[in-house]
Amino acid sequence: MRVGIIGIGMTAFRPSTPEYNWKELMFEAASRAYADAAINPREDVDSFITCAEDYYEGFGIFDEFVPDQLGAALRPTCTVSGDGLQGLANAYMQIRTGLIDVAVVEAHSKASDVVTLDGVIEHALDPIWNKPLGAHPFVVAGLEADAYLRGTRTSPKALAAVVAKNRGNGLRNPLAAYGAAVDADQAMRSEERFAPLRALDISNPADGCVVLVVASDRAAKKLRANPVWIRGIGWASDSPSLETRDWTGATYARIAADMAYRLAKVRRPLTDIDFAEVDDRFSYKELQHLESLGFAKKGEAGTKVLRGDYDADGRFPVNVSGGSLGCGNVFEATGLHRAAEVALQLRGDAGVRQVDGVRLGVAQSWRFIPSATGAVAVLGAGP
Amino acid sequence: MTARISRWPGIELRAADLIEGKVTQTRFRPDAKYAWSAGEAMSRFLEELQNGRFIARTCHKCERILFPPRMFCEECFRPTDAWTFIHDTGTIETFSVSYLDTDAKRITEPILVGVVSLDGASPKMGMMHYFGGMTKDEIRIGMPVKAEWKPPGDRRGSVLDILYFRPLREGER
Amino acid sequence: MTKVGVIGAGMTLFRRRLQETGKEMCFEATKMALDSAGLTRADVDMVVCGTAPDAFDGVAMKGEYLLDGAGGYRKPYTRVFTGGGTGVFSTIAGWWHVASGLADVVLVVNEEKMSSCQPHPQSVFANIWDPILDRPLKPNLVWIFAMEMNRYMTVYGVKKEDIARVAVKNKRNAVGHPCAQLADPNITVDDVLNSEVMAWPVQRLDISPPSDGASAVILASEDFIRKRHIKDRAWISGVGWCIDSTMWTDRDLVFPEYVARAAKHAYKMAKIDEPRRQIDFAEPYDPFDYKELHHLEGLLLADKGEAPLLTREGVTERDGKLPVCPSGGLLGVGNPIAATMGMKIGELFWQLTGQAGKRQIPHEVHTGVSQAWGDLMQYGSVVVMKG
Repeated sequence: MRVGIIGIGMTAFRPSTPEYNWKELMFEAASRAYADAAINPREDVDSFITCAEDYYEGFGIFDEFVPDQLGAALRPTCTVSGDGLQGLANAYMQIRTGLIDVAVVEAHSKASDVVTLDGVIEHALDPIWNKPLGAHPFVVAGLEADAYLRGTRTSPKALAAVVAKNRGNGLRNPLAAYGAAVDADQAMRSEERFAPLRALDISNPADGCVVLVVASDRAAKKLRANPVWIRGIGWASDSPSLETRDWTGATYARIAADMAYRLAKVRRPLTDIDFAEVDDRFSYKELQHLESLGFAKKGEAGTKVLRGDYDADGRFPVNVSGGSLGCGNVFEATGLHRAAEVALQLRGDAGVRQVDGVRLGVAQSWRFIPSATGAVAVLGAGP
Repeated sequence: MTARISRWPGIELRAADLIEGKVTQTRFRPDAKYAWSAGEAMSRFLEELQNGRFIARTCHKCERILFPPRMFCEECFRPTDAWTFIHDTGTIETFSVSYLDTDAKRITEPILVGVVSLDGASPKMGMMHYFGGMTKDEIRIGMPVKAEWKPPGDRRGSVLDILYFRPLREGER
Repeated sequence: MTKVGVIGAGMTLFRRRLQETGKEMCFEATKMALDSAGLTRADVDMVVCGTAPDAFDGVAMKGEYLLDGAGGYRKPYTRVFTGGGTGVFSTIAGWWHVASGLADVVLVVNEEKMSSCQPHPQSVFANIWDPILDRPLKPNLVWIFAMEMNRYMTVYGVKKEDIARVAVKNKRNAVGHPCAQLADPNITVDDVLNSEVMAWPVQRLDISPPSDGASAVILASEDFIRKRHIKDRAWISGVGWCIDSTMWTDRDLVFPEYVARAAKHAYKMAKIDEPRRQIDFAEPYDPFDYKELHHLEGLLLADKGEAPLLTREGVTERDGKLPVCPSGGLLGVGNPIAATMGMKIGELFWQLTGQAGKRQIPHEVHTGVSQAWGDLMQYGSVVVMKG
């Protein structure tokens, strides 16, 4: 049995959305996804999954505030406290059991509702070992970026290249919040924040919602849909302790990719896969993730990005969507957004940013600071 | 399980152990503040409360009058159609007589609180609020009630613009 | 659909405050579950963690924080969270990990450390309410239970004595539970009726207070169970889950429709069309005594308004025709929210494999149903298991 994405719905990503409350934002994305899939959620959907963390939402049990705007009132619904790709993995498993035919996965960010965003991110740090240091949580990214650059002998210029590529790509994505014509020089001279990370290396928060409709091949046929197949999916968590982690490689991404590639029967990622959407919420993460996913040997991703290999018209396009640097940091919706972008490309629906002839793509996510958790999905064009 | 296992993990602490400093603790106060956009439906709802009125939304498909108002009907999954005012009278659906405040501290004067279904909205559509103008022995499920509003100058666009729901008087509906 | 069985379970003591950190509690419960199944962490393919509000433990994204204690290091690990429904729901998530064919052995770990929250875990519940409609009224969680209890009592004419009987039954049942926080062999209906009124009609002994604790279960595929010749196993024959609308003030609280829908899905999958005849015992969620009655009706094991009668007649005693909460339930053992899995899934496993010791139901049982409830009077998760 195969499982595929048959509906994609996204709102535009914006720095703030004062005219909507989070429910109305979710309703819009859901409506778009259901229109795309041509389904009625009240009749055609067997399971709803929302991906949310209470502290990003400001509620003790966010699960409560989810059903109505998705069409899930009095329906099987659950919250995965994980990112959108982890939610997608659970939808995939639910359908593979045979019990569920059609599932909906939702994730959003209403970061603009969070007055103390840094405080909320800080609250995820270890209470005994890390919180007492009183450092800004992004210090963790600065430390890892420093370790990565030195451990892989990557030039800081490579980070600037990622920034220029992704923010520039955002200009051709109507959904992106922060598309900008930034050149590498500008990136290298932007204000130092968490050395070696500079202001432009860090993606800015955005509001937005992504909803995917997922179905078994049998249900997709009945609904006359043209699915983008989930050929493989994997997820993993490395140590939550900052002190006992590998700081140069994203082990969670490697383990997740191993699982996804195994299911998808991908043996040589760089030749088998056509393009990728990976987490770049800090510029160095794109390179670190690409190496852990097997798209570059350790220390090579920097060279490749400087060479233009990862450009939209390069040998292996990465983050053609604009990534998080270009679109905005939509927190738990990030992975789902990447999956949506890969799916749109595979469907030929990516408009001006369409990469021609793509058949197999990878979407990857990371659960942000301070986690070492992430997921990978291998998506393939039909039929 | 119980038959074969002898050791059950867990070291119990008493409140005194913490107060007397017998246990190592680390303290933290999270900086977690939020300001949720009210959104279209709730913004209008609050505006009308300041005007001393309850407003609802209608869904023409299921023909329900939805209160509290919402921009989408959760039953039909479609945008709702129109605004409509409903009455500020209703019926007590259920209630409690509470001797606890929000921090679980004991209070001597009980709070009467419950759910009121409002006239003019679809059956059972209601809101939670306080009850006043009645004793804990008088309050009952099924009692007809009316909102007791704060004076217009004191209203702020909040559910607290209503002081409480009180027994409906003769000729008031 | 791969057949899935529970092959091991473990839990810590449940107490108002334990010294162990959340991670340590997870480790203890996990180690116990693995030992009981004769497995090590190397045998585990994937891990599911169930845990309720982060605010209790005082760490945001607490699923990430707990994962090393929960055996998730470098494994596929997911946290699920459906309020109080998590106590049974995390097992459902574990079930689909195995039933999908992606994993042979899945560890499900549930944890709650309510004592870290100061001044009192109750304050966390201030954040579960709608910020515009409910919070300004400064509600206490007990209010919403009191309102539901009142509605249930008034519509069906249920007397408090019959509700109090549930607290008595469960706290007495818990005497046989080694982890119990609230066992009391001598408690009487009068004790409950004389306990202080919190929010009428709820009185102190109607409620299970906050607790720290963790529990873990091991799920395995039929293939794995056969290859390893595992004798102590209980099959998951049905699962169901359902959430009702956020607008709780628009619903008649007298009947938990969302529990009924979840139960119907679980029964359909388990091929049970006469639950009252085919279910031998039940572990419904009993954070308050009236909830056991409310949920028995939601589980279609009693007609609407009939559950108090069954209780009065002793049908739901451990030696009755339909034992309910033989573990002692939340009222007897304690309520560390998600960790109550120990008394729901864990108890079903122990009863069906004859390992429940002093709590073993004296007659043969083959099929049990467990249920958890959560969110704003909204969530039902149901698992049916057979021996």
